[in-house]
This record gives sequence, C-alpha cells and structure tokens, in this order.
Amino acid sequence: MSIELKQVTKKFGDNAVVNNVTFSVKEGELMALLGPSGGGKTTVLRMIAGLEMPTAGDVLIRGQRVNDLSVQQRNIGFVFQNYALFKNMTVFKNIAFGLKIKKWKRADIEGRITELLKLFGLEGLERRYPHQLSGGQRQRVAIARALAPKPSVLLLDEPFGAVDAKIRQELREWLVTLHHDLNVTTIFVTHDQEEALEVANRIVIFSRGVLEQVGTPREVYDQPANEFVARFIGAMNVLEPEVRGEVARIGELEFPAPGHADGEKLRIGFRPYAVQISSDLTQYRYHAVLRHTFFLGVLLRVEMELPSGLTIRARMTKEEYAHQGLEDGKEVSLQIRQYRVLAREAAALPPESELGYQPPPVLGENI
Amino acid sequence: MIGFAARQKRAAHRASQRSTEESRLTKWTLITIALAFCFVFLLLPLANVFAQALTQGWRYYCKSLVEPDSLAAIRLTLTVAAISVPLNVLFGLAAAWAIAKFQFRGKTILITLIDLPFSVSPVVAGLMLVVLFGLQGFFGKWLDAHDFKIIFAVPGIVLATVFITFPFVARELIPVMQATGTEQEQAALTLGANGWQTFWYVTLPSVKWGLIYGIILCNARAMGEFGAVSVVSRHIAGQTETMPLRVQALYEGTTAASAAAAFALASLLATLALITLGIKTFLEWKQERAEKLIVGRVDS
Repeated sequence: MSIELKQVTKKFGDNAVVNNVTFSVKEGELMALLGPSGGGKTTVLRMIAGLEMPTAGDVLIRGQRVNDLSVQQRNIGFVFQNYALFKNMTVFKNIAFGLKIKKWKRADIEGRITELLKLFGLEGLERRYPHQLSGGQRQRVAIARALAPKPSVLLLDEPFGAVDAKIRQELREWLVTLHHDLNVTTIFVTHDQEEALEVANRIVIFSRGVLEQVGTPREVYDQPANEFVARFIGAMNVLEPEVRGEVARIGELEFPAPGHADGEKLRIGFRPYAVQISSDLTQYRYHAVLRHTFFLGVLLRVEMELPSGLTIRARMTKEEYAHQGLEDGKEVSLQIRQYRVLAREAAALPPESELGYQPPPVLGENI
Repeated sequence: MIGFAARQKRAAHRASQRSTEESRLTKWTLITIALAFCFVFLLLPLANVFAQALTQGWRYYCKSLVEPDSLAAIRLTLTVAAISVPLNVLFGLAAAWAIAKFQFRGKTILITLIDLPFSVSPVVAGLMLVVLFGLQGFFGKWLDAHDFKIIFAVPGIVLATVFITFPFVARELIPVMQATGTEQEQAALTLGANGWQTFWYVTLPSVKWGLIYGIILCNARAMGEFGAVSVVSRHIAGQTETMPLRVQALYEGTTAASAAAAFALASLLATLALITLGIKTFLEWKQERAEKLIVGRVDS
C-alpha cells in the first residue's frame, strides 16, 4: 500500500469536516477524491500532505505512520488549486526550488530540469515568469515543480478547476498519459464526477466528511453503495411511488415491488439512459409528450411529461433523435428498462431490477 | 497618504477613465487650481528656504552646516533613523504577517492600534513617554536607581521616533501580503523548505516593493519628526538636538546669521526629503512599468 488512512477524523472546532475515514491507495494508482464542495475531500488531501493534522486516526505513507512528520519530511509533491507558482521566479527557478532546498548539485539540477521541461513540453519557456504563461502551461509548471524532487506521492487539489473547458479536456488526457509514463502514485481532488470517472483508476466518494464508497469508475457507476452515490454519479430520475398490491405506483407508472407492504412509500431511481423512447405510439407501454430538448453535444437530454403531470428525463444520441423524427411537443411512447429501489441516506442499495418488454395496452382491437 | 495597493489599483483604473472624462474647461480649471495651490503653498516656501539659506553666501552656508552643534544634530538624526527604521521594519513585517496570514482574536484591535500613532498628536505621544519613563513617571524611580536615562536623552528620542513611525511599514505591507495569500508559502513547505527559507526566498521577494516603499516613508518621517522628539529631548545643543530641533533653536537665535544657519540646516533637511520623494517616484514608476509589462504580455 502506498497510502493508508485509518479512521481519520478532522475537526475544526466542533465541526467534523472529515469523519472516521478509512481507505488505502495502492502503489502506482491514480485515485480521485470526489464529492460536492464542502465534502471534506481537500482536507483529506491536505492531511496526507501534512498541511493539516488529523484530530484522530492515522495516516500512513508506504507503511510508515506519518502523523508526526512535518510537510517537509513526507516527500510528497503537492499541486495547489491555483498552482501557487512563485511569482518572482522564472519557470526554471520554480522547478529548481525543491532541488535547491534538497541541496542537489548544480549539474544534477540542470539535468533534471532539462528532462522535466522536455517531458512536460515546456522547452523554451524556462526564462519566463508565471504571469507570462497560459493557464495550461502554468499547471504543467506546477506539476513539474512538484515532481522534480521525485516524491513518492503526487497530490493534486482540483487540478482542472482553473482552466477553461477545452484545455481542461486536453489536460485530463495529458494527466492520464503522464501517470502512465511516470507511474507515480497520484491522488487528485475533484467535484466533477465526469472528470473522476474518466481519469481515475479508482474513486473515493465523500459527502459531508463521510466516505460513501470506494471503487473503480465502473463499480461506483453500476453498483452505487447508496442513494447519495447513485445520484451524485451520473444523472438520475427519482420518483416516490406508493405500494399497492406489491406494485409501486405513481401516476401511470408501475414498478413491481414484491415483499413491500401496502401503503409503503418507496423511492425509485432510474438513469436517463434506461428510458427508451419511440415515436411509434404502439411500441411501448407509457405515453408522454416531449417538452424540452437539451443539446449536450453527441448526446441529447429530453424532458417528457406524462399525462399525469410526471416529468421524466431521458438521454439519447443525436442520430436516434433525428431518426425517430422527434421534436418538442411531439407525443411518444416510452418504457423504463432498469430501475433501482433507493434507500434513504447512506443505507445499502439492493441490486438494480430489470423490466422486460411490456407491450402497450391494446386499444380498439375490435375495429 | 495613499497606500501602495491603492496606487496599484489607481494605475489599473487610469486607462478606463478616459471615456468618463470631464469637459475641457473643467479639466483645465481643476489643473490650474491644483498647480497654483502647489506653487504657492509648497514650491514657493521651499524655494524660499534655499534662498534664505544662501543670504549670507555659499561660504557661510557650508560653514554653518559643519559647525559642531549642527554636525552633532545631523549625526544624531541619522543615528535615530538608523535605529528606528530597522526596528519598525521588523515590527512591520511581524505585524503584517500576523494580520495577513493568521486568524486570531483581537486582530481588529491590532489593526486599530497600528494606526494609533497617525491619530495621536506627536506632542501627546512625547508626553506619554515622559509619563512612563520620566523622573516622576511610572518607571522613573527604577530607571533612576539603575542609572538609566531615557527621557532627555538619546533613548527617549529613539523611542519617540519609533512610536511616530510605527505604522508606515506595516500599513504598506498588510494589503500586499493579504493579496498574496499563503499558498506560495505552503508550496515552498511541500517542496521541503523550512520556515526561514520560505520567508527569505518566497515571502520577502513577493512584498519587496511594498517593503521598500514603507521603509522610505518611515525614514522620511523619522528624520523629520519634531513634536514628539521635542517633548522628550530638552534641546541640549550637541547632545539631544536632532536636525528639526536644531533648526528651531537656530531660528530663535537673534542674529541674521543665526537665521541663515537655520535655513541652511532646513535646506539640508528639505534636500533629504526631496531625495526621498525622488526615490519614491522612481519606485512607483518602476512598479507601474512592471505592471504594464505584465498586462502587455497577457494581451499578446
């Protein structure tokens, strides 16, 4: 194990920002700490770095308990959200800073920096000052500076927060490549679930200081541990039907609910991609009117209103939308392929339920 | 007094002000009034000081400056400045650091206290020291018993000057340090730097201009202070007379020659002030140029 947190708690006054958190990061892993703002993820990162001290619990780096070690002794590389480059130093001096402090020889420093400048595509910029660099260049300098003294762990706080959308995508891909090349254990903090899913090997999900789930992107997406994770990772339709005769009903929608008593209120969740739509009104069981179409790029999000007034969101490709000849105001038929009974708060979730094809009720058969 | 940070802001706003400019008549009226005022109340008297100093001729001017008591006054003024400016640099750095980088109880009180010397009359400041350290004062008996003289001696003059010039460095540094934040220091720590290295390589360079500017203002005031120093000095020629006190003593002398000597010393004091002003303007120009360079590069 490269990094381990054992029952770590951090309190500011009476307020527990991080509450009894335990997880570990393997050597060479690329790990995301994911959660909404104020979830405690940055505090966890800063405790690993030694910039904050845990109120209780242990932090271990490569098997060694580091609670009593200062930031300087932990041999970590830290990249701050706004990069925190030394404004009065050139790119070269920024990257050389850690090496000079560690009393590397002049020739070794120059060798190391030449190597890093090449690796990070920063050649020719070594004499520039931070204010003469673009956002992406600044971030690369910050990462190069953190990696220069060969740390055992690289920690990044919201590494893509401060650049615009287009560069962010490039940087994500670049970080994955960099991690692949260097294979240094890396932990980054993000509040963007898409970013975590795309970049990380594994994800730790926090909300309000509590660890909700640890798993690979696929695991947290397909098998969320609880309702928070299910709703935080990807979009989800959530309905609150009532059980009657082992069927949960809301509006015209029905979900089989064996084992649930009459009158019980269930919470049902299903992903937008689990909703299938057809312009052929005879194809699926439920009918709805298409209210709004949101253009997301390759994918479209559509909002539909059922006759009972329920609103359901679905996701489909642009091609399918065009192929079906859909537009706002058009009537469609729909079905829900998979759904999940949600439990309140942090309780564990039962597995997803599949709904088979349900033919629409046959109308006017005698004609 | 306009702060360092405020001036930076002003420079940034200057470019955007052009569109909201007043009519030409208003503009020139205001400029004329300002210039006339400066001429009558600042430039004319200053020129007069130099003119009066030279009424007895160049030779007398030079002679009156190297006259033993005047020389002693010059020496004392430089000594006092040399002690009180470094002291207030240390204090200013510590106070600005504490205020900008830490959260603690009583922070507002500390900020208010730093401004106190600006709001208290220098004479009152001098009297406060007399009440504390004078023979009849709070520590008077103890000091007398240990043969330690503060009031009517050089230590008293230094104390008075330190008190008066207390806010200059801190006031200049606080906004600069607040704007910089603590992230660069934290980055230095994660790269293995200890506290002293962090201060020397990261903090100090980032507040360099604010610090220099504060030192210049502090020094100008330290050399020019009259009121507070006058109360604690007792004006012993050759011993406890600083330049401003010596100017007054000479001026109160009855002969025309004495008055000319007073003006000679005053002109020297004014020259020091003008040099300070020159350095200050140069630094402002340099700072603005550095900023323009930044803006230019970001745009391109």
